[in-house]
Amino acid sequence: MQKITQDKLLEKAVSLLSNGTVSAVLGWSKGEFSYDVTPKMFKTEDDLKENFIWNDFCGVNFSKYLVSKTDRFEGKILVFLKPCDTYSFNQLLTEHRFDREKVYAIGVPCEGMVDVSKLKAKTGEGISEIKEDGENLKVTKIYEDNQVAVPFKDVLLERCINCKSKKHVAYDELMGDEGEVIDSNRFDEVAKLEALTPDERFAFWQNELSRCIRCNACRDACPACTCEKCVFDNPASGVENKAPANSFEEKMFHIIRAYHVAGRCTDCGECSRVCPQNIPLHLLNRKFIKDINEFYGEYQAGAEVGSRAPLVDYTTEDLEPGEVFDRRDTDA
Amino acid sequence: MQVNEHKPLIVAFCCNWCSYAGADLAGNNRLNYPADVKIIRVPCSCRVNPMFILRAFQRGADGVIICGCHPGDCHYTSGNYYTRRRMAALFSMLDFLGIEKERTRVEWVSAAEGAKFAATMNDFVEKVTALGENKRLEDLRCKR
Repeated sequence: MQKITQDKLLEKAVSLLSNGTVSAVLGWSKGEFSYDVTPKMFKTEDDLKENFIWNDFCGVNFSKYLVSKTDRFEGKILVFLKPCDTYSFNQLLTEHRFDREKVYAIGVPCEGMVDVSKLKAKTGEGISEIKEDGENLKVTKIYEDNQVAVPFKDVLLERCINCKSKKHVAYDELMGDEGEVIDSNRFDEVAKLEALTPDERFAFWQNELSRCIRCNACRDACPACTCEKCVFDNPASGVENKAPANSFEEKMFHIIRAYHVAGRCTDCGECSRVCPQNIPLHLLNRKFIKDINEFYGEYQAGAEVGSRAPLVDYTTEDLEPGEVFDRRDTDA
Repeated sequence: MQVNEHKPLIVAFCCNWCSYAGADLAGNNRLNYPADVKIIRVPCSCRVNPMFILRAFQRGADGVIICGCHPGDCHYTSGNYYTRRRMAALFSMLDFLGIEKERTRVEWVSAAEGAKFAATMNDFVEKVTALGENKRLEDLRCKR
C-alpha cells in the first residue's frame, strides 16, 4: 500500500551507485518470503537489482545501522529513511554518533507498515504470497487455493496505528510528497493505563513483562541505545544476557531500558516491532515522553539537530518528585 | 507479644555535603529516628543512578529515600537539579508499573536541619511500615 514504488527507489539507488555518488546502499533485502525483509548493505548494482525490495514489510529503521556502517567505511552510504526514521537520524546526529558527511539520505514516504504477526493471526500460518489489492492485502496460503483478503488498516504495526508524523525532518533528497506532523492521540493508551488503580497496573505489567525472554532485541534495535558498552552486558551485574529468573529482573530490565532512552526516545516504535513476545514496550517509552511533555514542556526528540534532551537539562523552577503524584491526584 | 512484626528496611542515600551532615546533626542533638534507616553516603544526590534504587529494592529494601542539598545549594552547583528531574521521571514510571508510590521519596535536607532529617525519617518509616513488606519489587533469591 506504499505510494512510492519499488522500481523508483531501485532506479534511484542504481543511478547513485553507478555514478559514484555513493559507494554502498543501505536498503531492504528480499528474504525467503515477501514478509521477511532483511536490512542489507548493497555494494554492487547486480546485488541491488536482484535483492532490493520495498514493500509493506520494510519496517526496519536504518538510522542505528549508520553508527556501525559509517565507522571505518570509505565513501558515502545511501540510506532510505521513512518519516519516523528521520527523527532517530537527527537524534543520533545530535549525539554525534555518526558522520553526516558520510551519509546520503533519501526520504521516502510511508503509509504505515504491516505487522506480520498480526497478519498471521488473521490468516494462519503458511503464507506463500501477499499481494496488494486496493485497501486490502490478498494473502495466498500454501495448502489452500482461495485467497484471503485482509484490510491493510487492520494489520498495521502498533507504532503505525498512532503514527506521529509523515513529515521528514532530515534528508538530502526527498522522493514523493512531503507529509505533515499528525496529532495521532498516541498517549491515549498510556492515559488509559494511568486511569487504572495501582493494583490493576501492576497486574497488567506483570502479565506483559513476564513473557520477556531477555533476547535483548528491544535494546539492540533501539536507535537511541547506542552505547558500545551496555550495563546489561556487564558480567558482574548478575543480569547479563540471560532469561529473567524472576519478576524483579523482568521489571528492572524494562524500567532501566526505557529510562536510559528517556528524553532521547523519538517514539519510533522499533522496540515493540522487534519484540518476539509482542510486549507493548512502546508504552513504557511513551509514558516517559508523556511525563516529560507534561512536566517540562513539549519536547520531540529528533525534531531538530542539537536540541537538548530534557533529562540533561534543568530549570530552577522544576517540580519536585513528590509533586508529580499530588498533581495527578488532584486532577483525578 | 507480637513475634513476626515486620521491621522495614529503609535505604537512605544522603549527599555528603548537606544531608549526611544533617543526619550527623540529628545524632549530635540526640534526636530519635528509627534504626531501620540505613544511610549510604554519596558525593551528591545526582550520583544516585536509577539502578541503585532498583537494586536496593532487589536486595530487600522496603523503601528508598534520597536526600540532597536544597535546590540552589548544591555543592556542585547543579547536581540536585538533575536529581529532581531524574527522580520525577523514575518515580512516575514506578507508579505506572503499579509499585507503591510511598516507597520512594526525595527530600532536601541541609546540614543545619537535623530536626528535619529526624522528622522526615520518622514519617517515611511510618509510611513504609504501614505498607508492609516490599512484594512488588522483590527478588526472592535475595531474601534473608
